[in-house]
Amino acid sequence: MAKKHIIVDPITRIEGHLRVEAIIDENNTIVDAYTSSTLFRGIETILQGRDPRDAGLLAMRICGVCTGTHYQRSIEAVEDAFDVTIPKNARIVRNLIQGALYVHDHLVHFYHLHALDFVDVVSALSADPKKTSDEAVKWAGVAGTNPFIEGAGQFKEIQDRVAKFVKQGRLGIFGNGYWGNKHYKLTPEQNLIGVAHYLKALDIQRDLAKMQAIFGGKNPHPQSIVVGGVTCVQDIKNPARIALFKTLLKEGTKFIKQAYLPDVYMAGTMYADEATDSSATFTAHKQGKGVGGTGGGLLNYMSYGDFRLDDTGFYKSALLFPGGVVLNGDLTKVYPFDPEKVEEDVTHAWYDADKPQHPYEGTTIPNYTGLEKKKDGMAYLKTDEKYSWIKSPIYDDNRMEVGPLARMIVGVAAGDEKISKYVKKFLKNANLPIEVLFSTIGRTAARAIETELMADTMMEWVDELAANVASGDDSTWQDFEFEVVSKKSRGVGLAEAPRGGLGHWMKIEDGKISNYQAVVPSTWNAAPRDYKGRLGAYEAALIGTKVSDPEQPLEIIRTIHSFDPCIACAVHVVDTKGKELGVYKVDTGCAI
Amino acid sequence: MADRIEAVKKLFTSKSARVETNMGDTHYEKLFHSCQTRIEELKTQTPRENRLDIDDMLELQGVNRRDFMKWASAVTGMLMLPSAFTPLVADAALLMNRAPVIWIELSDCAGNTEAMLRSDGPKVDEILLDIISLEFNETIMAAAGHQAEAQLEDAMETFKDKYLLFVEGAVPMGLNGQFGTIGAEGETMHDHLQRVAKHAAAIVAVGSCATFGGVPAASPNPTDAKGVMDVVNGKPIINIPGCPANPANMVGMIIHYILTGQVPELDSLLRPKFAFGYRIHDNCERRAHFDAGEFVEEWGDEGAKNNFCLYKVGCKGPMTFNNCSIVRYNEGVNWPVGVGRGCIGCSEPDFWDKYAYERPMADANIKAPTGGVEKTVDEFGLGLLTAAGIGIGIHAAASVAAAKKEEGEA
Repeated sequence: MAKKHIIVDPITRIEGHLRVEAIIDENNTIVDAYTSSTLFRGIETILQGRDPRDAGLLAMRICGVCTGTHYQRSIEAVEDAFDVTIPKNARIVRNLIQGALYVHDHLVHFYHLHALDFVDVVSALSADPKKTSDEAVKWAGVAGTNPFIEGAGQFKEIQDRVAKFVKQGRLGIFGNGYWGNKHYKLTPEQNLIGVAHYLKALDIQRDLAKMQAIFGGKNPHPQSIVVGGVTCVQDIKNPARIALFKTLLKEGTKFIKQAYLPDVYMAGTMYADEATDSSATFTAHKQGKGVGGTGGGLLNYMSYGDFRLDDTGFYKSALLFPGGVVLNGDLTKVYPFDPEKVEEDVTHAWYDADKPQHPYEGTTIPNYTGLEKKKDGMAYLKTDEKYSWIKSPIYDDNRMEVGPLARMIVGVAAGDEKISKYVKKFLKNANLPIEVLFSTIGRTAARAIETELMADTMMEWVDELAANVASGDDSTWQDFEFEVVSKKSRGVGLAEAPRGGLGHWMKIEDGKISNYQAVVPSTWNAAPRDYKGRLGAYEAALIGTKVSDPEQPLEIIRTIHSFDPCIACAVHVVDTKGKELGVYKVDTGCAI
Repeated sequence: MADRIEAVKKLFTSKSARVETNMGDTHYEKLFHSCQTRIEELKTQTPRENRLDIDDMLELQGVNRRDFMKWASAVTGMLMLPSAFTPLVADAALLMNRAPVIWIELSDCAGNTEAMLRSDGPKVDEILLDIISLEFNETIMAAAGHQAEAQLEDAMETFKDKYLLFVEGAVPMGLNGQFGTIGAEGETMHDHLQRVAKHAAAIVAVGSCATFGGVPAASPNPTDAKGVMDVVNGKPIINIPGCPANPANMVGMIIHYILTGQVPELDSLLRPKFAFGYRIHDNCERRAHFDAGEFVEEWGDEGAKNNFCLYKVGCKGPMTFNNCSIVRYNEGVNWPVGVGRGCIGCSEPDFWDKYAYERPMADANIKAPTGGVEKTVDEFGLGLLTAAGIGIGIHAAASVAAAKKEEGEA
């Protein structure tokens, strides 16, 4: 039997527009994979010529899902350029705004974007509510707690509600899913737990988003961060606001500990065979010797580092998530992260350039070569040439994966106490070896581990903020001489967005932005091949995966979802001014 | 919950806080009868897809009948209808499962989908969003790839000429539309929109990108992005701008559609008057400080600590029409003026080039807009607003001078 070529477009339950093409062999194993972003907006070009103080609001619109994170990085690039150190209150408020994004975003990702890759909604209908209740107690027990939803009665009620929905006619957003696919491995009872938490999480996420709105004004797209600090001085001075924040955080933390973590233990255990199947990996395919499990991929992990814990200033403070690089899954070595070693290559992206370029100096000359229409009516990527709007970032001549898994792995390798504690607790409770992290499931587990860590840490930060304000410090903004510092300078906002390392590079001349570039998490992860033909992180992660039914790309979207794609973020910008007969000129700028 | 509903109702119905939209008794009598007939007709249809039942849902979520009716009366006020319409609005909400919605995403950031998931209460709103028959939405649907495309085809066929099409994101027109493609056949976003729009009952452009081009259309508009109304002809189009749009206005729009079967009364920019008939400035909680000449002069100053007016640090509330000073965001938790930043004019055309900066209009260091969507702006209205802006600028300067003088004299 010949090899099959599968197209999955659109990839749904992600942010943005993404296409995956996979080649499977006669055993339904993926032997090659290509990922392509199919939308391009041009935000960096739009940012050029604007006042740097205004850039953050617009840069935030790179993404409505990781909302607020591009905003803060853009502002911090300006603060780095102007050498402004923000007041303590502003630092903590920003940590809380970003922390709120983490817990909200990770929770929504797991339940509303990812869970349906594990949870078969239709199967939940045949669950026994009593057994479901017992099952919930069991998995909460693994996490050392009680279940969030308890008792057969509650599960019965939810099951009836879903039955009504499923039995009769159309399924709405659940329509045409892969229900019944044999790679759904949960029992009916476990599926019912998943569905019950899916619905409850819709409520919880609304409340978690309110945390961001308390100090940010609204969610999505908060508005209180300005160059020099934050504007929400009256909110931090108001004890009722602090109290509301804590109430919401407590409620959210309860759900994280009593539903989210137990569910990840449950899925991790049920899919442990895949997570430890080292034959179904990129490393097995490439080197003949597998490490980790299905979906493992590159095994190169990088974190820029983020969440400042003191007020010594940018790139000097102690960090919650340390920066660093781990190569080939070797946890015994961690290399320091050096922003000078970041480059972008366009060999397989719809742009022209001679060689890989550092973001400060990068050019973007679009060269869209299109898709190839074939006889079957489908349009295919021209994978020998250029095939994506995403460039290929390279670090020190390596392809890299970024994200929660990279942060946890770098943290453990660097011997960070807090991260090591949370990761070890998880693996001990789940009774799984650390290699399980090098897989699709590992990525999903790392996100859950990080969510708990963040929720616990945020409670410390709220108290720190309240205590600092109570001590009489109500400063929220650091003045600066705009006319002086904006003459000619440059800066970078380097941070960890929920999906991974995020950098905004900015050059400023005569009070205006002269060059703007962002290299974002999904640029790293969703990138096409580079000039040496080396695969991007998604592409590598798909290699070796066994597909149970080529007509239903369940395993493909499960692995892609484990990265939490955010494609609007990743796509580069072009300037099409002066276009003539398909020639597109660009002054500068890449990414997004 | 009840308190909040009361507060919303009060704001929406108090005379000073709204534009005068009274259409006269004859109009409302006629409308009442046509709504009544429509609702009766809808009631006789079984929900085609037998969706979730709102009575069950209300019960499950612990909302009693009394709270529900209070909510209905608040929505009636929000839709600028006389209170006699309240029972009809309640009935319309009960028939939400007869409203098939297809939601497509073009050149966007998914912020509006996220906003919808955050539906800013009262709780009934959230429930209704579970109830509507959301047939297609890439961000949250289970199916992907061919199965997702099949789902879209099926919904378009089943609800031909009956579905409401929500569009999120601008339409990239440059490069023959190839800046954005969707689906295995590589259909451009422009062609995708035209195909799905063809058999829609009406199109709701949600968020500032779909309405006026928004972010991608900001100068120099690299992808020649346009709003839906500049691209689609021959269909009723309703614009719900905002960055992102307020979910309360999305729900209001759907209720209005079920209730009347018609497009609500729109302003010259195709925005429903029930949501965009309010100027932020007129209903602002900091308005008294504006009138008293008390301004925040720089971030974090004494004025900021005392909730003074944000005009001088760039608030564009005086130029912006939207109901966020009333509805606020995330169940009323806060809003941009509340958090001390001010309004950036996000529901107005070209706001990225005209309004979104932290200085008042007079001190703007802005990039001049080029090409793109400004031709769709109601020039007369814009001119008037800018004039009002300058007038306000003078007031702001004069009031400070006066205040200083008083201090000097004291």
